[in-house]
Amino acid sequence: VCFIPGGLDCSISFVSHVLGKVCIHGRQKEILGVLVPRLTELTQSDCIWQRMCWRLVECVPDRWMEAVVLGFVQQAPGADVLSRLLGNLVVKNKKAQFVVTQKILLLQYGHTTALLQNLLGYLSLDSLRRPLLLRVLQELLEAWSSSSAVKHSPAEQQLYISKAILICLSHLKEPEIDSCRQELMMSMMEGTKCHLDSSLPQLRRLGMVVAESISLKINTEGPVLKFEYEDDDETRELKSLLVQTPSLFVVPSLPDDDRSEKAGAALPLVPESNEKSHTAAPVVPDEESDAELDSDDDLLPYDMSEDKELEVKAPVYIRDCIEVLTGSKSEDVDKWEATVKALESLVRKNPAATREVSVELAKILLHLEEKTCIEGFVELRQRAQVAVLTTDPIPVAKYLTSQFYSLNYSLRQRMDILDVLVLAAQELSCPKFHGKTKPSGAQKPSIQLPLGSDSSKDWRRIVDERIKSKTRRFNTGRSHVELASCPNQFNSVAGYFFFPLIQHFDRPLTTFDLLGEDHLVLGRLVHTLAILMYLAVNTVAVTAMGKALLEFVWALRFHTDSYVRQGLLSCISSLLLSVPAEQILADMTEELLETQSWLGDVMEKDPDGDCRRLALQNLLLMENLKKKLEVVPS
Amino acid sequence: MAPPPPDPQFVLRGTSAAVHTLHFSCGGPEPDIPLLFSGSENGFIHVWNLKTHRVDSALDGHGRKSVYCVETMGGKDRLLSQGRDQRICLWDLAEGRTSVTDSVFTAHVGFCRCSLLQVAQGRWLMAMAARSLEEVQILELPSKTSVCTLKPEVGAKLGMPMCLKLWQLNCSSQPVLLAGYEDGSVVLWNVSMGKVLSKLNCHQEPVMSLDFDSEKAKGISGSSEKVLSIWSLNEQQNLQVYKTHELVNAGISDITIRPDKKILATAGWDHRIRIFGWKKLKPLAVLDYHTATVHCVSFSDHSNPRERLLAAGSKDQRISVWSLYAQT
Repeated sequence: VCFIPGGLDCSISFVSHVLGKVCIHGRQKEILGVLVPRLTELTQSDCIWQRMCWRLVECVPDRWMEAVVLGFVQQAPGADVLSRLLGNLVVKNKKAQFVVTQKILLLQYGHTTALLQNLLGYLSLDSLRRPLLLRVLQELLEAWSSSSAVKHSPAEQQLYISKAILICLSHLKEPEIDSCRQELMMSMMEGTKCHLDSSLPQLRRLGMVVAESISLKINTEGPVLKFEYEDDDETRELKSLLVQTPSLFVVPSLPDDDRSEKAGAALPLVPESNEKSHTAAPVVPDEESDAELDSDDDLLPYDMSEDKELEVKAPVYIRDCIEVLTGSKSEDVDKWEATVKALESLVRKNPAATREVSVELAKILLHLEEKTCIEGFVELRQRAQVAVLTTDPIPVAKYLTSQFYSLNYSLRQRMDILDVLVLAAQELSCPKFHGKTKPSGAQKPSIQLPLGSDSSKDWRRIVDERIKSKTRRFNTGRSHVELASCPNQFNSVAGYFFFPLIQHFDRPLTTFDLLGEDHLVLGRLVHTLAILMYLAVNTVAVTAMGKALLEFVWALRFHTDSYVRQGLLSCISSLLLSVPAEQILADMTEELLETQSWLGDVMEKDPDGDCRRLALQNLLLMENLKKKLEVVPS
Repeated sequence: MAPPPPDPQFVLRGTSAAVHTLHFSCGGPEPDIPLLFSGSENGFIHVWNLKTHRVDSALDGHGRKSVYCVETMGGKDRLLSQGRDQRICLWDLAEGRTSVTDSVFTAHVGFCRCSLLQVAQGRWLMAMAARSLEEVQILELPSKTSVCTLKPEVGAKLGMPMCLKLWQLNCSSQPVLLAGYEDGSVVLWNVSMGKVLSKLNCHQEPVMSLDFDSEKAKGISGSSEKVLSIWSLNEQQNLQVYKTHELVNAGISDITIRPDKKILATAGWDHRIRIFGWKKLKPLAVLDYHTATVHCVSFSDHSNPRERLLAAGSKDQRISVWSLYAQT
């Protein structure tokens, strides 16, 4: 369709109708792909063409307006072009306004960043439209700072809204910021709180980046909010949105130099040095002094071979370690440091001696706090705890699991207990896999459990691999690589690790409420149970564990925290992988059927992408199970 | 094959507290007994008889607060001591007396040892850290009049003064002060005008101790890190780093150069005393006797060179006395 400039009295409404009809039928790309570049050219300098273009879009009937506007926003190469093409359509037409300010930003989230830039840039370019920009920002902030939105909306939507907020902020001018400074501040506080509360690290980071950016904008002088997080591509992209690259903008955008000025002010003042002070620049000793009679030669040095670095000796006996750590002589910090560093190896070398004092040692380690600044203190303590637990599993596991539900422990300590149980279980169940064997994809891959909440991701990967290996095995027969087998030491103690943890989860204590605020710990507990279940494969207690776990999952299946739900789904996966198929079908048929329908629900309706994926995997596993049993000849 | 390090000539025990400061007084003619004064953490100053190796008297003047500096003023009859009770006491020890004749209230709560310089017969200048954090006050003794207060300029951020040394090139020249500060720098002050002549950043950590050889215009400073810094003073009164020496273990509490300027001794946190040749800082010996950090080292002022001694006081409550390189 080619435009021929007609007479000035020509009515364009017919063209608008055609345009609208084509767009509503889904052909926006084709028609606008031709139309928009042509119009861009024509409207560049010619005012008449601009007005014609505006008239064109204004005349599109309301029922097709959305499609047309969306098409234009998508096709326009830049905000200024969009401004020339659409003019003040959003101000004049109610439907267009709704689409631009509400629908695209708040109700949809599949659009690209470029589209957001176009749209928000368009709103910022004319003084009639700027109030809309402010309104948009307010509504976006409302959505960003609402706790239910943070909990229930998918991560992609939250990313989209965050981007939109940052782009809006980049367009705001000083007087506008002044007028809404209070609301910005309040939303920032609210929103930061909700985001930091979330159990998913990605959401926390999103919240931190946006909060930092808002703080940067509203506090032009004085300290700015600064969080500590690892920068990755996503955060860098988000931060780059705050700065507008000035291309064809009429309005001077909030410029780079403004930002860099602030950055300059934030740099610490380099301490001014006195003019008279000299930095240490060694003066080369005169050559002549060598020629002088060196009376130092008369002085014969003594033997100094014993002059070595001072080493503090760590105690050699475990009971001595206990004495040092319980610290009656609190001044001897060097000895304390040396003891902490040496403890793990001592425990492993003296299993008999450790067994005599295992519970006491576990208690000391659980309460051990950092007295001096040792590098890697947390890891040293954890390794020592794992060593104690693997040397004497039953009493120490009893102690640790009982302490998990006791009063007056910090959340960090409770999560430490869970981490230690998992690491020890891993060590007990496959002791040969500490760095010696190569990871073979078919059977048990070597598992590295890093500290921190990312362990769930690695486990998902491992479980995925195992699932893949299982399916492959079903189709192609047993794989050829068989690793040397050794008795699973976890067998005798799995129950002691598992059942006490699962017992009291619904009993709130004064300082610890798993089902209430402490859902982070609940999430970690669920993931821990999944791992313990996974490691209990081929143990005697596995069926009983499976039943208990299934009941546990059933009770919690509607939990609002997506991290917890992911854990529950991992539990199901571990269960399906570890409990022998015959046992599953024998003991847990009805529960499994109920679970299957729940999984179907999750797969379709759960807002979190990871949950949906895990549910799908579980359903596949169940399918495989059924098929496998049908194949087995009766 | 280098000989093994020597053993101490003798060890003085009996302070029953960590020894923080030592000072010899052996210069008197016969039949004067050579003495060693030691200040301990329990507030006592012990006067050791170096012939019998026993305590002759114990002076209690600082209210059981640790004594961290002891000096004689022109002979063993007049003693100056500085303690953690924020006081500097002047003692009269002639004819068996043990009384405090005068005292100066310093209001200083740190550990900076004062420095004495005799400017005329019966007149002394004393530099001490004052009440305000970064200041050094110069007093004239025994009149106790203030000569000046050395204040670093605003924003210099030197921190507390850690160690002081007053000296003058000869009897007629101006006295100057070398001060080591908490930020690791050594500052040369002109005392009469109260101005900074030169400032040198030679350490990353606080300067724990320094000593200066006015003949060669060279000085040495030690800090809590592993580096000894040797610096020199040129004609324009500017300090420059001459060389540095890296130690095996970090931490130096005290440095002292022997009066004949041939060797120097350092007291280390690693329980060891190190001896170096002063000319080129050649390591000569490492004396490993003490079992806790060595707080102070001091050379004796014997007129007969063969009798010269080195004493070291340590946290393990013992004073080790050595005879080293006495023949040169």
